[in-house]
Amino acid sequence: MIADLITRLRYRYFPDHMVGEVLGKRWMDNTIPVLLLVAILSYFVATIPNFVSYGNLSDTSRQIGEFGLIVIGMTIVMLGGGIDLSVGSTFALANITALALFNLAQWPTPAVIAGTMGVGALVGLINGLLIGYLRLRAFLTTLVMLTLVRAVVTLLLQMYQVDIAASFVESDSWEFIGTGSVLGLPFSVVVLIVVAVSAHIVMSRLRVGWRIMAVGGSRRSAYNAGIPVRFTVCMTYVVSGLLTGCAGALYASRLSGAGPDTGLGLELAVVTAALLGGNSIGGGHGSVAKALMGAIIVSLLTNGLVRLGLGNGSSQMAVGIVLLLAISINVRWSKWRHKIQSKVYMSPAYLALPPDPDIDPNSPSPYAMNDRLHDVEVIGLGEVDGPEDVILDADDNIYCSVRQGDIVRFLAPDYRRREVYVHVGGRPLGMAIDKDESLVVCIAGMGLYRVDKGRNIRKLTAETNRSRLSVIDDSRMRLADDLDIAPDGKIYFSEATIRYGIEEWVADALEGRGNGRLIRYDPATDTTRTIKRGLLFANGMCIAHDSKSVLFAETWGCRISRYWLEGPKQGTTEIVLEGLPGYPDNINRGSRGTYWVALAGTRTPSYDLAMTMPAFRRRMARRVASVEWLFPNVNVGCLVRFDATGRVLESLWDSAGENHPTITSMREHRGYLYIGGVTNNRVGRIKLPDADPEWTGPASYWAKRP
Amino acid sequence: MNQEKIVFLIAILLFCAFSLFLNGFTSAGNLLTLVRGVSTLGILGVGMAILIIGRGIDLAIVAIYAMSVGWTLHLANGGISVPLAMLIGYLFALSAGVVNGVLIAYVEVPALFATLGMASFVYGFARYALVPLYVVYMPESASGIAWIGSGFAFGVPVPILLFALVSLLGFAFLRFTKPGRFIYAMGDNFAAARMSGAPVRPMIILQYAISATIAYLAGLVTATAVASMNTNIASSSMIYDVILVVVLGGIGLSGGRGGVRNVVVGTLLIGILLNGMTIMDIQYTLQDVIRSLVLLIAIVIDSIVNPRDEQTAQQGDI
Repeated sequence: MIADLITRLRYRYFPDHMVGEVLGKRWMDNTIPVLLLVAILSYFVATIPNFVSYGNLSDTSRQIGEFGLIVIGMTIVMLGGGIDLSVGSTFALANITALALFNLAQWPTPAVIAGTMGVGALVGLINGLLIGYLRLRAFLTTLVMLTLVRAVVTLLLQMYQVDIAASFVESDSWEFIGTGSVLGLPFSVVVLIVVAVSAHIVMSRLRVGWRIMAVGGSRRSAYNAGIPVRFTVCMTYVVSGLLTGCAGALYASRLSGAGPDTGLGLELAVVTAALLGGNSIGGGHGSVAKALMGAIIVSLLTNGLVRLGLGNGSSQMAVGIVLLLAISINVRWSKWRHKIQSKVYMSPAYLALPPDPDIDPNSPSPYAMNDRLHDVEVIGLGEVDGPEDVILDADDNIYCSVRQGDIVRFLAPDYRRREVYVHVGGRPLGMAIDKDESLVVCIAGMGLYRVDKGRNIRKLTAETNRSRLSVIDDSRMRLADDLDIAPDGKIYFSEATIRYGIEEWVADALEGRGNGRLIRYDPATDTTRTIKRGLLFANGMCIAHDSKSVLFAETWGCRISRYWLEGPKQGTTEIVLEGLPGYPDNINRGSRGTYWVALAGTRTPSYDLAMTMPAFRRRMARRVASVEWLFPNVNVGCLVRFDATGRVLESLWDSAGENHPTITSMREHRGYLYIGGVTNNRVGRIKLPDADPEWTGPASYWAKRP
Repeated sequence: MNQEKIVFLIAILLFCAFSLFLNGFTSAGNLLTLVRGVSTLGILGVGMAILIIGRGIDLAIVAIYAMSVGWTLHLANGGISVPLAMLIGYLFALSAGVVNGVLIAYVEVPALFATLGMASFVYGFARYALVPLYVVYMPESASGIAWIGSGFAFGVPVPILLFALVSLLGFAFLRFTKPGRFIYAMGDNFAAARMSGAPVRPMIILQYAISATIAYLAGLVTATAVASMNTNIASSSMIYDVILVVVLGGIGLSGGRGGVRNVVVGTLLIGILLNGMTIMDIQYTLQDVIRSLVLLIAIVIDSIVNPRDEQTAQQGDI
């Protein structure tokens, strides 16, 4: 008992499931670089006197401003799937260009800056034309540009170095760019902030940025999607050249000197920074924020090494080793992370179900097995693939939601004629008919949709409010399951699980954790709110006959609960029926004030036991292929009729599973019961002897209202 | 008409033009100087070719070449016996090569980045901890190995003979040995080579160990020829010259094709070009510009002759 209690408490309060969710976050890319940054900074602060003094910080931040610009340019190129090794030489070229334009040509400051950036963009354009349009390899091409531009810089230095050093031009604006500050921030840092913010907006919010990401993610797919790949690639190099030119101008205004070692080896530091921040080598994955973080780490590192006075070669050594480390971590981490995540994402919880009721055919139990479904009449055998839900309109036509993303209609009166009523896509599940005789459908992977009489499809909602404490972003719906419509038009629907897609429902079953929720959509205000969380695979929904509450099924909990919409208990939940012999799926109204629920399968002792052994299920999920996992029994199901107080009135079985193997939904209509199954290939129909022969669903909902 | 033939033709045309217009170009002395001048480059080119054929690349080859031999000379200057100093220097080179191989084969770091980082590290580490001087002179005690760079055998400078020997060995290795054939298979289709059972990871380490060995040998040739090693060459543009002779000779960067013959052809063209430009007294920086342009044209031609295959081009194949 004590051991059981400990297990129960451990699995209730220890959030195993968050480990996998945290690993899936995009910011996990940066965790290791951030830790590195903190470690390096702490070391420097501890060992270097005055490392955090104002003088040093403002000096370092000026360099970070220039360096950061180039890193952002490099990151944009890398996001597009390329690399730009020519930045070091371009930086030197921009530096000497700025000095020549300012000191020798005596252009005004804005023109100098524009001219310098133009020269940088020109080098970028050459790179872009060669790599984007001629489709050369980025690495070698920019490597050659590195030597070529460096040689040009050396030639220019031989021609103009002496003249530049000799001339002396004064300009306040030039001076301000080099040494001035805005609101206490050095000018170059202000430029960096402006560029970083706009680059972030462009990369994450605008079409151009998405195109660059798409090209980097897969050049071929981007081409097939109609993106101008060559132009996009070319532009990334132009942007890189432009930003490098800008950095060169800032550098020129700060130091006013040109030498043969300007920008030497800079490309290595820039690549290191871009990778260290967590941008991927192959492209398509990364961000401007990551670039900035990498730039800050590398700047502080090299600055700290200089301050430590380690001497010749130490900074090359450090850059080399950091580059090797950064890429090794980048490569291994991205590989391991997915492996680890796939192993730990599924995290079973403790779930003890009430005892299984007796279903022996000879027992007096209302669940006693019988063969009443054996003689079910079959409609459209082989013509429908998995009609999860069936519904009938006022004209007696049958609609069913099938696996191909269609809603198929069988026409009254004989149901021989079949047509695809509408193609909605996704995996349509539960359906309901509203006051205007439109069909409202829950579609797994898509959300809540409405199909009107003219067969126009409209999305009602696909997002709800995000829960405050959830690690994964649960605002987007993943598995909308079943719905019902209240008299005031509000739609109540269930989302089975927020952690898995429909193809992985068995993983949610093994988890046995409350991952499902109840959502309300209000068409009057077009708002969607989550009204109840933590449900065990929230499934069937049904507004009670008196419209004061909504009944919902929790499949893995084998129970049916009631959520009060009005009255004294408004907003609270109570259990109506628990300890079902199987897994409840859709719930619908029946005649004479009763309700029908479909049991998609029966419970088994082994599965019930496994649900109280989370460690066992976890071991199974990690060590055994998913096709070998313990599976909830969905071979034999039944239909149960109960009343508003939760009293079970009757049950209908097909114990051999011959005529109607799987059952996930049913509708009572004019004295008949129509049956659907999520993996079945038919719709079943059976005559109910003691039902009201005039009762129909649409009338029950919409006709009798005053 | 493949690239090798085009380059060979250009080399012959250039040779004829220089013979006609430049005085003393065709003299036996100048021709020996020409070949000898590029023999180091050619030796390094053979090492690089073995990597590029296997779809790898080694940007650290020049750093290893300069720093390992620089350390050897520095140790010999410090009184350690020459053979021991050579052994230590070689082990340094070899370990850099093996680490490259391990990073690329087992950590799966792209070769470009692994060797780029390694180049920076080898240069920085050696400069910081091992070789304090920029130019390390050859000590008296090392005169026994001076023949490697400055000796003659059968009237031909030893470096030229070494270039020939390395080329021959490289040719035999690639053509007739099992690892040599594996290298072609890996360069042609890495995944297929791996799936059909080629030991690709040990092979990658072997390749980088070979290139480090060749780099050390080339370093000895240079150092004994001028009786010193200028370690600054590690951060020069020499690495691009090495890639230049390989790519120029017609070995596609996508791997799987080419051979040592291509390296020889590429080396000859560069030799003729450099020699001619030097005789014409073209400024060194301008020569740099011209060489870069030649390399650029070579890459453009390479991409036209060996277009990148969209089927096999991998993500991150930059």
